[in-house]
Amino acid sequence: MTVFQIRIHGRGGQGVVTAAEMLSIAAFREGKHAQAFPSFGSERTGAPVVAFCRIDDKEIRLREPVMQPDALIIQDPTLLHQVDVFAGLAPGGTILINTSRSFEELGLKELMHRYRTCTVPASEIALKHVGRPLPNAALLGGFAAISEQVSLDSVTAAIGEKFSGKVAAANAAAAAEAFRHAQAD
Amino acid sequence: MLKQIEGSHAVAEAVALCRPEVICAYPISPQTHIVEALGELVGEGAVGNCQFINVESEFAAMSVAIGASAAGARAYTATASQGLLFMAEALFNASGLGLPIVMTVANRAIGAPINIWNDHTDSMSQRDCGWIQLFAETNQEALDLHIQAFRLAEELSLPVMVCMDGFILTHAYERVDMPTQQQVDAYLPAFEPRQILDPAEPVSIGAMVGPEAFTEVRYLAHAKQMEALELIPEWADEFRRAFGRDAGGLVHTYRIEDADTVVVALGSVLGTVKDTVDEMRSRGARIGVLGIACFRPWPLAAVRQALAGAKRVIVLEKSLAVGLGGIVSTNVRTALERAVPVHTVVAGLGGRPITRASLTGIFASEKLEQTTFLDLDRPLVEKVLAREKELRRSGPRAETILREKHGLPAR
Repeated sequence: MTVFQIRIHGRGGQGVVTAAEMLSIAAFREGKHAQAFPSFGSERTGAPVVAFCRIDDKEIRLREPVMQPDALIIQDPTLLHQVDVFAGLAPGGTILINTSRSFEELGLKELMHRYRTCTVPASEIALKHVGRPLPNAALLGGFAAISEQVSLDSVTAAIGEKFSGKVAAANAAAAAEAFRHAQAD
Repeated sequence: MLKQIEGSHAVAEAVALCRPEVICAYPISPQTHIVEALGELVGEGAVGNCQFINVESEFAAMSVAIGASAAGARAYTATASQGLLFMAEALFNASGLGLPIVMTVANRAIGAPINIWNDHTDSMSQRDCGWIQLFAETNQEALDLHIQAFRLAEELSLPVMVCMDGFILTHAYERVDMPTQQQVDAYLPAFEPRQILDPAEPVSIGAMVGPEAFTEVRYLAHAKQMEALELIPEWADEFRRAFGRDAGGLVHTYRIEDADTVVVALGSVLGTVKDTVDEMRSRGARIGVLGIACFRPWPLAAVRQALAGAKRVIVLEKSLAVGLGGIVSTNVRTALERAVPVHTVVAGLGGRPITRASLTGIFASEKLEQTTFLDLDRPLVEKVLAREKELRRSGPRAETILREKHGLPAR
């Protein structure tokens, strides 16, 4: 396996960095090497935020930002009009968007021919289970369904490392529902 | 035990395993997560007989560490950037008094202009303050270096800075192998101070020294640092035998055997440099890497040996000696006996990413100047320089550059 690179776009307050960290923990639990790190810019609530995760079978030495991702997780679809979220996406790469709409409805139909695409209404799922529209854990459940990188069990375990008690259980339930949704998508 | 944790947390756990007795803490990004995690560990009672002291500034942090160390306690603190500058006077006291304090520096730029992101300006500004300076390449090495640092500091009665790249390492989640308490206890003996404030046997620590003895006291400080050049590789070998992995030492070499060009660097950028060198090697370039793991004392003989076959040396540094160029390269030149071109590449200032693409361009260039700024927006700086020639009241430089970058009209 060569390195698999994920870039996560969201807004300050949506748990973008935590998502990358949990994804790295999930990959680690499967015996892989993983590296998660935030982009280095000003973090303010609502401002565009980027975080990265690399997964590999061998030690990861590279420290540059992920500029040619194999997968994109977009936590906030309003970023599509503000940031070039698709920059550098590898041919045939994966795009997972948090939205209740389809790629056609988002005006992104042409992307469906070139990339592996999926949508998950992660904010709604999170609102239902967690009580707050924090889409990060749910999106990782969706990512587990559409990529071969991590299993839902590993994502659930990673959620359990970052959160505890009821919050962990609620986020795990959100991830599981998003997993089923993405499988059906 | 293998763990996937944040670099800061890994360092905190490693420091806790070293059984510190006093931790003085004052927060500053990107170091804060380290002392926060240590505060939690001390609060949980996981650090044995340890006092966690919240202080009111970095100057106080180092002063409390000095007092604690003089009283015979194993003392630790951490800082970054302006915090390191604020404790500068106390840094010289800690080393001048020969107190074996260990401190993490989560490397960050120095303002103005204010910038919270990574480069090496902070610890480089204190390179001659008498502290040993070790630089970590990975989070694994950062945690391992802390275990070595306490032993080194206490054997030599000198303070040690463990430098790790702020954000790039401190905020990165990656795999680390956390040693057990038994392993650390076996490697790091209990603190046996060479000097101690004890009412039963009074001594004066910090006596006034006049011209008749000052040179001799300073010579001893130098001699102790030179001793570290012998101890560091020896104890890195011992560390490898005890823990089963490489960490520390004076320098690390990578693919230099037949290299015409050797890139010298320190800290986490070495990973990106090695990946770049592998790509260039696969296309036939004869290029290798020399990583400086110990910057103070300066490992002159080891650097000389590593660069013996080089036809060209490129020093990649995350700091700038304004008005000179490179700091690390100035040190590298002292180690070269032959007339070999040494090029300084200043990179990553204030957190600018250092990419393989940019490094490949620089490393492959046949016409490097003495000092190059990686990815410098040259048209922009030329424009601002021209404006300064034209206008007496050209305004604040940072604002001018930012307005240009964001496409706003000049004031």
